[in-house]
Amino acid sequence: MSLAQFKNRNVGSQSYVTLDVGKPPQGGWCKFKQVAKRTFKGELFVGLWVVFRNMLQALFKNDMHTVKYPLEKMPISPRYRAIHDMLRLLESGNYRCIGCGLCEKICISNCIAMDTRYDEEQRKEVSEYTINFGRCIFCGYCAEVCPELAIVHGPRYENASEQRAGFSFFEDMLTPIDKLNLQQEYDGFGAISPNADENIKKTPLAY
Amino acid sequence: MEATHLLPEVTWVGVLIKTVIILAIISALAGFGTFIERKVLAFMQRRLGPMHVGPYGLLQIAADGIKLFTKEDIIPQNANKLIFMVAPLITAATAFIALGAVPVFPDFTVPDFIPFIGGTFVPSIASDLNIGILFVLGMMASGLYGPLLAGMSQANKWGIIGAARTAIQFLSYEVITALAILAPVMLVGSLSFVDFNMYQSGGVSSWLIWQQPVAFILFLIAGFAETNRTPFDLLEHEAEVVSGYATEYSGMRWGMFFIGEYANMITISVIAAIVFLGGYDASSSIGWLTIMLKIAFFFFLMLWVRAAWPHVRPDQLMWFCWKVLMPIAVLNVLITAIIVLL
Repeated sequence: MSLAQFKNRNVGSQSYVTLDVGKPPQGGWCKFKQVAKRTFKGELFVGLWVVFRNMLQALFKNDMHTVKYPLEKMPISPRYRAIHDMLRLLESGNYRCIGCGLCEKICISNCIAMDTRYDEEQRKEVSEYTINFGRCIFCGYCAEVCPELAIVHGPRYENASEQRAGFSFFEDMLTPIDKLNLQQEYDGFGAISPNADENIKKTPLAY
Repeated sequence: MEATHLLPEVTWVGVLIKTVIILAIISALAGFGTFIERKVLAFMQRRLGPMHVGPYGLLQIAADGIKLFTKEDIIPQNANKLIFMVAPLITAATAFIALGAVPVFPDFTVPDFIPFIGGTFVPSIASDLNIGILFVLGMMASGLYGPLLAGMSQANKWGIIGAARTAIQFLSYEVITALAILAPVMLVGSLSFVDFNMYQSGGVSSWLIWQQPVAFILFLIAGFAETNRTPFDLLEHEAEVVSGYATEYSGMRWGMFFIGEYANMITISVIAAIVFLGGYDASSSIGWLTIMLKIAFFFFLMLWVRAAWPHVRPDQLMWFCWKVLMPIAVLNVLITAIIVLL
């Protein structure tokens, strides 16, 4: 198809292909023939077979769609934007955040509040860091702007609670120090999901 | 009829025990039927269905029962209270009365070690009427008063539409059921289920479905309509009339409609199995197993069809009944009559 065809906005003047559904039956005898043809065509049995085949596949080939949600979870994409995680440096175990304040600046819903000070060695230290999850719209700008890959979006999407403040303490979002070896590096926006290979399907060009 | 003379005499204690068995087992089966229905529909859509209450969700019936029994029994303000309260009873009662005249479980003698009722012979049919089929069909037909009165008494427009649909659907398909079953009745020359069973005792080749395939299909279609199953479940078609006649019902009154519906499904399955598929083989020990399998197949077929086929519109239902099925049924009766006469 050439570009000119796509640029043609005059809907209705394109060369649409009409579906060949045939002419409606004329007269009683033709109508009767159509009814008889449709009756003995056995299309209803095709329908029966389709659902029965599905049942066989579900029962004997273990091809169920059900995910027993609280017990089983689907792998989510690394691009998913859930409750934030604060990552640590793998070598020292310190948090990566350098207190630059970029995330606070860029946050479009003004939900990040941070305070920094100089410690004894004149290094910048984060003294306060909270995200108000009542306001956060999970846009992902904070993670995108972070120069140290310190604040990222984690996989914790189950955030129904009486107090969303419980999610927002810096210590809660920080990787626990004893689980440092389990810390997942952030693949970033545009990364593929862990089960991407299974999800690949042939492009349906055949029809 | 020779074989029945060999059986011990049926006493009123036996009939009473049989009645209790039918009531207990069929209402349990009706509850179990809802579980099976949900499971089968789930499998056909590649879902798991109820899984969490008990192993494989088997105790879901108990959970449903507790819910139904403890739910508040709401009677709407403007409803005709007496009729509103009685209507579900009509559905459930007629369904069970109909089951009284069909052979449901094998006959047996209560073991002697059980006090008071030991040695009592329990027949397979609670009441072996010589007009069994007529009685069952009549009872199932009078069951239409349940949805009809329920819909009309509840002061709800969806209920009224449901009641109107009840009237058109049941009255139309009652004709088909009767005409369809008339042809086998002419062949057998009796209205007793036992006679039907005897007539087809010569193995698979003697089944009436081979002589009366058209009547079988007609009866099946009409049976789906009479039990209010899917291609014809206009009475409570959620997408159109919320819940039809059952809109205002809650708790156990609503549950009784469903027990009645599932009991009717079992009755239709039993009639189809006995009249067309050879029934039970009274002489062999696995004879009762075969009829159970036949009944189970028909029950499964109803669920299967529900998963596969769409509903029809009321006008399509009427058109199909009066303009297609009834002429075919009359022709079938006519041809059968000519063949019987020759």
